[in-house]
Amino acid sequence: MRVIAAMSGGVDSAVAAARAVDAGHDVTGIHLALSRTRQGARGCCSAEDARDARRAADVLGIPFYVWDVSAEFSHAVVDDFVAEYSRGRTPNPCLRCNERIKFSAVLDRALALGFDAVCTGHYARIVAGPHGPELHRARDDAKDQSYVLAVLGAEQVAACLFPLGETLKSEVRADAAARGLAVADKPDSHDICFIPDGDTAGFLRERLGDAPGDIIDAESGETLGRHSGAYAFTVGQRRGLGLTVPDEQGQRRYVVAVEADARQVIVGTDSLLGVRTITADSPVWCGTPPGDPAALAVQVRAHGERVGAVVEHDADAITAHLESPLRGVAPGQALVLYDGTRVVGSGTIRATHARAE
Amino acid sequence: MTQARSYLDHAASAPMLPEAREAWLAASEAVGNPSSLHTSGRLARRLVEEARESVAADLGVRPSEVVFTAGGTEADNLAIKGLAWAGADEGRRRILCSPIEHHAVLDPVEWLGGEGFRVEWLPVDSLGRVDVDALEAALDDDVAVCTVMWANNEVGTVQPVERIAAACAAAGVPYHCDAVQALGQLPMDADLPGVTTLALSGHKVGGPVGVGALIAPRDARITPLLHGGGQERDIRSGTLDAPSIAAFAVAVRRACADQVEVAQRLTLLRDDLIDGVLAAVPGAVLNGDPGRDAPGRLPGNAHLSFPGCEGDALLMLLDAAGVECSTGSACTSGVPEPSHVLLALGVPEPVARGSLRFSLGRTSTPEDVDALLDALPGVVQRASRAGSPRFGSR
Ligand SMILES: Cc1ncc(COP(=O)(O)O)c(C=O)c1O
Repeated sequence: MRVIAAMSGGVDSAVAAARAVDAGHDVTGIHLALSRTRQGARGCCSAEDARDARRAADVLGIPFYVWDVSAEFSHAVVDDFVAEYSRGRTPNPCLRCNERIKFSAVLDRALALGFDAVCTGHYARIVAGPHGPELHRARDDAKDQSYVLAVLGAEQVAACLFPLGETLKSEVRADAAARGLAVADKPDSHDICFIPDGDTAGFLRERLGDAPGDIIDAESGETLGRHSGAYAFTVGQRRGLGLTVPDEQGQRRYVVAVEADARQVIVGTDSLLGVRTITADSPVWCGTPPGDPAALAVQVRAHGERVGAVVEHDADAITAHLESPLRGVAPGQALVLYDGTRVVGSGTIRATHARAE
Repeated sequence: MTQARSYLDHAASAPMLPEAREAWLAASEAVGNPSSLHTSGRLARRLVEEARESVAADLGVRPSEVVFTAGGTEADNLAIKGLAWAGADEGRRRILCSPIEHHAVLDPVEWLGGEGFRVEWLPVDSLGRVDVDALEAALDDDVAVCTVMWANNEVGTVQPVERIAAACAAAGVPYHCDAVQALGQLPMDADLPGVTTLALSGHKVGGPVGVGALIAPRDARITPLLHGGGQERDIRSGTLDAPSIAAFAVAVRRACADQVEVAQRLTLLRDDLIDGVLAAVPGAVLNGDPGRDAPGRLPGNAHLSFPGCEGDALLMLLDAAGVECSTGSACTSGVPEPSHVLLALGVPEPVARGSLRFSLGRTSTPEDVDALLDALPGVVQRASRAGSPRFGSR
């Protein structure tokens, strides 16, 4: 196959590209320029990562190019991220990037240019199933990234190559070292790539400005304090509330809801965080859709726990009735459905209910 | 890489001439700093001075007017900053510059603009020729330096250098000319009245990378860029690289001796390339001066736009087909930018992004052009499916 290997400059994508070469594919390395910090006359983007990626491609002896997707990324991922927070939701930008950039804009372009597949360093597996290729969790459960890939439709899954799915992270580093790839001991990136200092609240404040409002007790309706922007709060969050009035029982208070329109942050005790029913919209099926209803497992954040659920769905919505409550489920997060290790599909969480409905 | 490759990127860097490589190897076997006083030092010095005399003879200047540098970029920087700084001492604070210069000229000029100089951009027409009347009108005794290249590295347009030089001479304004692309392709008289300084580079004419020269008369007032041992007339310091300088002189000799013949051969080949592309790809557009009757275009340059395609997609697909060319300027991380030259010519940005430069040189053959013409129609078809100027979204 003719394969585009997306190379970020990190160890995972470099080893993934190397394995695609080993598998006999005709591989071309691509570094996606996601942003441009305006330096000098010619605005250079993450030059360090591009250089590392280029060097890895040199070692593998494959062609290498930089594709500028900064305009799409800024629109489809960064603007979306800010807009979702301004609506009181909690988006996952990696998932959005996979959905709109890596396996959409880039995949489309690759296919048009005569390539057959896109290869990345994601920890997930593509497995041949009775109805076509299936997306599965990685063997290394601690590194599994199937959650952020659950936005891929069947057609996209069919054009993916994830050579790291059967491998443990430690083995990937050893493999990189054995191949003489200098990125073998490069630290993993953990942060949101467009917020390198990790200060999400500061990033949002710069873009959304001050939007002060009240912090309100969920049970009494009483105003407990003020905040300077509801977008800085996420359901389940405990720190940063700055409350001085203690709860009667001396219990910790958590954010239980964010009402963006009213600029209210609603707080309450731990017991209010449990969710039994989740509704999500924009369903995407990674292969054949499940039965309706279907007994599946659901996960609501990357590396989060999975719980059993009865799932109902139609063209526009998914409703999951959980067997046991999940804590801290925020609108905007993805509801991902699993059948064993197989990723069935996903939707974007719109509402949660504490009761089984 | 086992596939036969057609190298159509001589303007980026040309293959080294075998005799230049031999000169380099021979000189590299000797030890000695050309500034040392002992016998080995004198031998090294002799190589450098013979090279200087050879280059001077080829270009019609005196040996003392040849200042060796570490390439074209340094020669441009030395001339522009050196003339500007020296001119500022006499109250000259304006700089005249064409907007289609190479970054080796453009960036020092823009930098000086932030250091108190007033930069004025000279108008160019849609073929890339500087408006000499506008230039004449802008000349005055407060201009520290006027800089217009001999021939453009992207679209290949040749400037009316003689008229520009005469106008600058009449106004008493120092004129710097970047002749990096012109050397070996155009008849060149570096002693042209009115040209104050001239920049040359080795690797565009079959010499090594990292060596070049600034041709500068002894009385030119140039403030040095590199301070140190003062090896080159006190305006350029650094131990002289005798092997590279010797090889550079060999390449310049061949470039000048063969210029007429090379230009004739390349012009025919280039016109075949341009005609072939325009016939094979409906909608393709030639940029720059067509140069069919007058020497308005570099003999080895063909620059074309393929509306509806992205230049980097075309380049990638051609590379995979064994044909090597260029899209214009890219920043260090490799992100393609629309060419400032095309934008200055008034080419719309989406079209500018879909452009390729094919540049021929001494080793180019009709087979190279055929390889391009074979691959191009399919490549353009694919690239236009992939879209322009940005990717489509689902
Ligand atoms: C017109 C022009 N000026 C200057 C340069 C820079 O020369 P060098 O690569 O020797 O620094 C180049 C080559 O890229 C060029 O084409």
